[in-house]
Amino acid sequence: MEQLLQEIVAKYNYWLYIILMMIGLYAIISKNNLIKKLVGMNIFQTAIILFFISISYKEQATIPIIRNAHGPGHVSPEAIQATAYMNPLPHVLMLTAIVVSVATFGVALAIAVKVYGEYETLEEDEIRTRIREKIK
Amino acid sequence: MKRIGLIVVILCGAVLLYATRDFPAWGDPASPASTHVSPHYIEHALQETEVPNLVTAVLADYRSYDTMFETLVIFGAGVACFLLLRSFGARRREGWYVRHIPTGVVIHFRKRPRIPHSRFFERLDTEWVPHDLIIMTICRILLPFIQLFSLYVVAHGDFSPGGGFQGGVMFGASLVLMAISFDLRTALSRVGERILALLAFLGVVLYGGIGVLCMLLGGEFLDYSELAKILPVHAEEARALGMIGVEVGVGIAVTAVMAVIYVNIASAGRHDEGL
Repeated sequence: MEQLLQEIVAKYNYWLYIILMMIGLYAIISKNNLIKKLVGMNIFQTAIILFFISISYKEQATIPIIRNAHGPGHVSPEAIQATAYMNPLPHVLMLTAIVVSVATFGVALAIAVKVYGEYETLEEDEIRTRIREKIK
Repeated sequence: MKRIGLIVVILCGAVLLYATRDFPAWGDPASPASTHVSPHYIEHALQETEVPNLVTAVLADYRSYDTMFETLVIFGAGVACFLLLRSFGARRREGWYVRHIPTGVVIHFRKRPRIPHSRFFERLDTEWVPHDLIIMTICRILLPFIQLFSLYVVAHGDFSPGGGFQGGVMFGASLVLMAISFDLRTALSRVGERILALLAFLGVVLYGGIGVLCMLLGGEFLDYSELAKILPVHAEEARALGMIGVEVGVGIAVTAVMAVIYVNIASAGRHDEGL
């Protein structure tokens, strides 16, 4: 039990993101309302984004912007240490991922508007019965 | 369904939590993500590109091909929203509402009235009628500052946190704020649908155009150091300038697509009234 607790404390960031991700996944699977499903999808994406950002963190490091880069007394290129700055790559990937997630969320909402115009409901089971009635 | 979902989620979460045992510790500088290509970026990006903000350097230079297609994805999202929702037919409605501004009297017309273009009359939305002087005044004061700040974020993205995506989203949000605080017609009369479509296209073309320009100057696609042949700067500074150009393209495209998505969703594609 104590070992497990130590494990959790050492990796608590991953635990939090996985719990958040599972909340999103649960919403996607079991919620009946399409908008709630989309919100679940967004929570899922947020968990992934937080996960990537936490990977880029380094102890004793600052944000990935070189200090004293230009101007008088600027830092020489040899003096820049990789351990002094956080990993910029996950930041880049998530920066684009955030905007793309907003754009895809927009498309998903557009489809939801279309669905509502067609069936006048956003509840999944009601949509299913309407479709069945239409086939008959 | 709910119970099955819960079982799936718990199983999935348990597997993932078990997998965290092999993950690097929190803040470990020797973790796999921080050891292969990222030290090269941190130690050489300033020397090679003259850009202190490493995130911008990696985004717009080392991985610019990726970023170009991200921009294209956003453009595609805007086009998808337009194609899914836009409809040009007139909505069936129960009437039109016009407010006489000095007295605040609202007049209901059964047929479409000819509203005179004066500052005494304004058309109202049928379903929801927001008219709040405080909100409108505050937003009118705030809007220029929000837009100025977003331009600053784009232009200063090489030196401080910022860049085309953030600045573009902020500018798009200012357009959305205008549509919310006044109404959709006011926002669309300032920045019309055609202008938005043109801007979205222009942003992507600006990005691709800089890439093609580099090819025409004899380099590879999106190799900005070739721009030094036509700009009075070193090859490294040319890379920084190429990044700014690309970021401006991204910013324009993102701004336009955010506004297109909002306008189409808010009015269900009619562009006449909406939240």
